[in-house]
Amino acid sequence: MTDVTQTAPGLIRRWIARATARPEPAKRVQFDRPLLPWLFLAPQLAVIFVFFYWPSAQAISSSFYIEDPFGFGSTFVGFDNYTDALGSAEYRHIAGFTAIFTVLVTAFSLGLGLLLAVKADQVIRARSTYRTALISVYAIAPPVAGLIGMMLFDQHIGPFVKLAACFGWELKVGLNYFDTAFAMILVSVWKQVPYNFIFILSGLQGIPQSVREAALIDCKNGARRFFTAILPLLAPTAFFLLIINITYALFDTFAVIDVMVKDKAANNPITLVYKVYLDGFRGNDIGGSSAQSVILMLVVLVLTLVQFRWLERRVHYG
Amino acid sequence: MKKSLSVIAALALTTNAAFAAPVQITWWHGMGGANEQVINQVAEKFNAAQAACAITPVSKGTYEEALASGIAAFRSGEQPNILQVFDAGAATIISAKGATIPAEDLLAQNGHKLDRDAFIDGIRNFYADADGKFIGMPFNSSAPIMYINTDAFTKAGVTPPKTWEEFEAVAPKLKEAGYVPLAASQLTWMLFENFFSRNNIQMASNNNGYDSIEGTTLNATAPEMIAFWNKLKEWHTAGLFGFYGAGWADNQKPFEEGKVALWIGSSGSFGGLSKTATMPFSADFIPYVAAIGEGNKSSFIGGAALFAMSGKPEAENKCSADFFNFLTTTEIQTFYHQATGYVAITKAAYEASKAEGWYTSHPVAEVGIKQLLLPQGEWSKGYRLGFYPQIRAVEEREFNKIFSGETTVEDAFKAIETEGNELLAKFAKTAG
Repeated sequence: MTDVTQTAPGLIRRWIARATARPEPAKRVQFDRPLLPWLFLAPQLAVIFVFFYWPSAQAISSSFYIEDPFGFGSTFVGFDNYTDALGSAEYRHIAGFTAIFTVLVTAFSLGLGLLLAVKADQVIRARSTYRTALISVYAIAPPVAGLIGMMLFDQHIGPFVKLAACFGWELKVGLNYFDTAFAMILVSVWKQVPYNFIFILSGLQGIPQSVREAALIDCKNGARRFFTAILPLLAPTAFFLLIINITYALFDTFAVIDVMVKDKAANNPITLVYKVYLDGFRGNDIGGSSAQSVILMLVVLVLTLVQFRWLERRVHYG
Repeated sequence: MKKSLSVIAALALTTNAAFAAPVQITWWHGMGGANEQVINQVAEKFNAAQAACAITPVSKGTYEEALASGIAAFRSGEQPNILQVFDAGAATIISAKGATIPAEDLLAQNGHKLDRDAFIDGIRNFYADADGKFIGMPFNSSAPIMYINTDAFTKAGVTPPKTWEEFEAVAPKLKEAGYVPLAASQLTWMLFENFFSRNNIQMASNNNGYDSIEGTTLNATAPEMIAFWNKLKEWHTAGLFGFYGAGWADNQKPFEEGKVALWIGSSGSFGGLSKTATMPFSADFIPYVAAIGEGNKSSFIGGAALFAMSGKPEAENKCSADFFNFLTTTEIQTFYHQATGYVAITKAAYEASKAEGWYTSHPVAEVGIKQLLLPQGEWSKGYRLGFYPQIRAVEEREFNKIFSGETTVEDAFKAIETEGNELLAKFAKTAG
């Protein structure tokens, strides 16, 4: 586990370094035959090509057409699909929700994961029991998590609804926009916390004992020690998790949302990726749905660039 | 995806292994639960009745998922022989000429005769072209009907309403007796589409979309519609109408639990409801507005039809035709009707069930057929609107907003009309 935390951000850093580095003069030749490296790369390249480049190219090309669902005829419409999407109040509303949803899910699942990991790291007695209990949620598949959430929040039989009623809150998931959003965020966070927990815990264990002891000598305030010594050393892990969590909130929560809105989105909150699915696979509007997925791709591209360009500079790799 | 892959794999295996075995055909549908079991039984009956063909039914999830899977499969050349397509998706598949073989042509090419007049009137037009030629083979047809919690009415000392005016009169008494007077599942089908048909109001221009896809517009803001929904909103505020969201089951459950006095559901819900309802129930037609004066016309059929996908070998098409023909036999129609609660689609099956005394023991099973046999108004034959599943999604969104108080009835229907018309215009472009 420690390995992964150490290498994953390290790898990304090296990619960036390589991409931005000036060409080195007289680079050492590592392969005698020029074909050999390509041969090693081929499986990975094939996977990326088949599952990413090819579909992306298809999405981009069909986003400029309005197409008959069965693929008989298509009309070139230029940027119409894009202007239709961006011009629709509904789409902008969903985009707004997606942004809020992503920020909340990322913040809460990272925050809770960090809190639990720091606390679990200090536990001596029955530590493996605590850890197993916290990690086990990660084994639950997203649709199952959604199903559990749906049952907990069912209008007629849900225990959460009854609990909320005790506090005078009439929780109506599927009916009230904010209640549904609350339930979705709760289930999505619950599902993601263990993932963050595993990584942060192993990150914490990667911090040398000597550093901790040195910090202890310098400062006896535990909270301050955490923010000045432990947290900076966790930064590589945290940065990696930030990217993973944003991607999770944007894309992997699809199954949770799908199960919770019971395929009738109605006025319930949905994210952009669910909208792509609804328009493309339910509405059979392939052009419009492709345009939306291209927009989403651009958003993620920009987000990733921003993260690497500005945020990663502040991360110190040990 | 996994499912379809394994089916393809299974098919490949069976076709390779058994050389002289019957011709295999596949049938993708969108039924689950008890109704899926009945579909499997129908397939078994077909396979047992003859040796030349073997049909394999595959559930693809919901209606929407079945259509989406069918389309995706067609685009990659892996389409099933027979695809079940639901009412709202009819325009999508019928407008895609070349995706399917019209059911009537398929039957004729393979030596079967289709007698249009054998079918119940309300069912004949919905999946047919403008000339009345069957494109889809009507299969499971349903009508939205009103289920009645008889205990509630005895307790309140009132009689079930026939019109919305009567409902308004009895609803407070039902509420006093401790019931939510009314709930309805899928308001789009029940109280929007069928409000047009039951009250004989035009739903869309171009003859409800049958005449042309070009320039078709939705008539969502019909004054009668707005007036009715304002009433509905009023009833909701007064606690006379319970709305539990867009999900079907969320609205059915309180009726099953005996908390709701009237629930508008599908005639096809009857089979399941007989098992889950905790109290005795009966059923009647979905109410109409007496004040409009045109009311009590037949409803649009709901449910789905079967479409024979093109691009399949002759031998398989012959099997599809045989199967379609098999489905219209009185024996199978009677079986399917009685096992599921979907209406009988042929007059002969209706008469056979009547002669058997099925409706004496199951009066609820006849309500849907009787509603479809009501006199047809000019606007109750059906509608043919492209991208209608998406338009329904807009309706669902706006209906939720109406009851959560985020929008007014007027604004909601204006939004449905505007966005609906945009989608219709877009659909016209895809076909052009």
